[in-house]
Amino acid sequence: MIRYVEPTLAILLAVIWISPLFFAFWAAFHHVGDAVNFRLSAPLTLDNFRTAWDGAPWLTYFLNTFLLVTLILVGQFILCTLAGFAFAQTEFRGRDALFILVLLQLFILPEVLIVENYRVAASLGLLDSLLGIGAPYMASAFGIFLMRQAFKSVPKELDEAARVEGCSTLGVLLRVYVPAARPTYLAYALVSVSGHWNNFLWPLIVTNSPSTRPLTVGLSLFAAPESGVDISVISAATVMVIAPLLIGFLIFQRQFVQAFLTAGVK
Amino acid sequence: MPDSFTTERRRRAIHGWLLLSPALIMLSVFAFYPSVATVVTSLWSRGTRRNPAEFVGLENYRYLLDDPTFWQVAGNNLFYAAVTIPISMALALSMALLANSKIPARSFVRIAYFTPTVLPMIAAANLWLFFYTPSFGILNQIGALFGAAPVNWLGQPETALWAICVVTIWKESGFFMIFYLAALQTIPPDLKEAADIEGASRWTYTRRIVLPLLMPTTLFILVNAMINSVKLIDHLFILTKGGPSDSSKLLLYYIWETAFAYFDRPSAAAMTAMILAVLGIVAGLQFLVLDRRTHYR
Repeated sequence: MIRYVEPTLAILLAVIWISPLFFAFWAAFHHVGDAVNFRLSAPLTLDNFRTAWDGAPWLTYFLNTFLLVTLILVGQFILCTLAGFAFAQTEFRGRDALFILVLLQLFILPEVLIVENYRVAASLGLLDSLLGIGAPYMASAFGIFLMRQAFKSVPKELDEAARVEGCSTLGVLLRVYVPAARPTYLAYALVSVSGHWNNFLWPLIVTNSPSTRPLTVGLSLFAAPESGVDISVISAATVMVIAPLLIGFLIFQRQFVQAFLTAGVK
Repeated sequence: MPDSFTTERRRRAIHGWLLLSPALIMLSVFAFYPSVATVVTSLWSRGTRRNPAEFVGLENYRYLLDDPTFWQVAGNNLFYAAVTIPISMALALSMALLANSKIPARSFVRIAYFTPTVLPMIAAANLWLFFYTPSFGILNQIGALFGAAPVNWLGQPETALWAICVVTIWKESGFFMIFYLAALQTIPPDLKEAADIEGASRWTYTRRIVLPLLMPTTLFILVNAMINSVKLIDHLFILTKGGPSDSSKLLLYYIWETAFAYFDRPSAAAMTAMILAVLGIVAGLQFLVLDRRTHYR
């Protein structure tokens, strides 16, 4: 008897945990009357997706989010690679104090600094632009820390061999360290992309036109009670927005989980 | 005569600074300067066209402390932290223990627990809207099966904040589970064998061996959960907008509202400065405790 307790509990919890998603799919593919009354034999429909798609410039939102996460990722890769390398493999006075200063940013969240960051973005002319949404996240202390750890584990002999061969500092970084840290880059990319695909508050503040809005902000406006759309249409829009990420997650689940681990544990 | 060793060292130091400078510039512009500016702004009055801003010292803080809404919001946030942190951590640990034992459909179970983590908070709020809506919400329909009266979960002060907490717990438990799962897998199996030989029950094994070994992970998750209790507020925009009558309003949402709806920057800055102070204490805690590593080996 007791042998069955654990599996039952585990599966019951799993079913509860997945049920919000399940209900969203249910509502998205049924007419709203059928959806809320749970008529199991009701016909499936794509009308909700049509209504949702026509209700907002989703294609622009998708494109914006895609460009935004790419922009942030490229910026993070460049800045964090250079800084991580500096902290891992060069020596100069004040390096450790500087590193602690950088680590402080792990706690000074960009989310909390919205008031002053808005002023900074305004004075740099970055309001209502993708660069404005992305810039505060590019020099990420977390990324610098991650790359520093990865570069520290590269054997010193490889570095010295490359220098003897005549590589410059940048050459050593690009030919020796970056290739050696490939798994860390993949992990960081997955964490960064899924994080910024989902980010909301700062993009909400910085953007004010549909041409720069990312998906999350578009979805929040679309689903606001004032817009008067029903739960089936909201569900359809939600399913649409999360589908790319969900499919990506299901395909790469192993890498995803591994990525969050590498990123968290180190 | 400067020997080649010294020049080489100077060359490397210059390279170090050059490599660091792009990141340092960005960090200064978007993290360090805004932090200092927050404190400075919080010490000045709100300027209008007729009255330019002037230095008022701690006036803005005094004003906040006299504001009953601020106290309510701060209380709400403490409640939010006190509910979501322990529950999601306990759930995460249970999930990890379940997903680590030999059960059927283990990969389905793991995916089900983890999936909420990859969804945007805004989308999560939309999903939960279907549960909470008064007229046809799933919770009320389930309640009706047992003859319960319908409840307006998001529309009354007694339940709104709880509804917000539930979404947060749903979202972050699976994320924390991953770290516990990883830690569980590093526990050597001979410990379990030794416990079996000694005749220890499963409960004793879990309590005496597993939980102490998970201590560093627990601290790591605790720090993350504390940060999240400040950061995770996106669902308020969809579910309650802080209402009814501020009963579910959280600090970061209130800061947003103060700065971008009421245009009261000094007040928002004063609240931000207080949050920064709290996060600074959390940071100090982590450096002190985690760096000493609560290891048991």
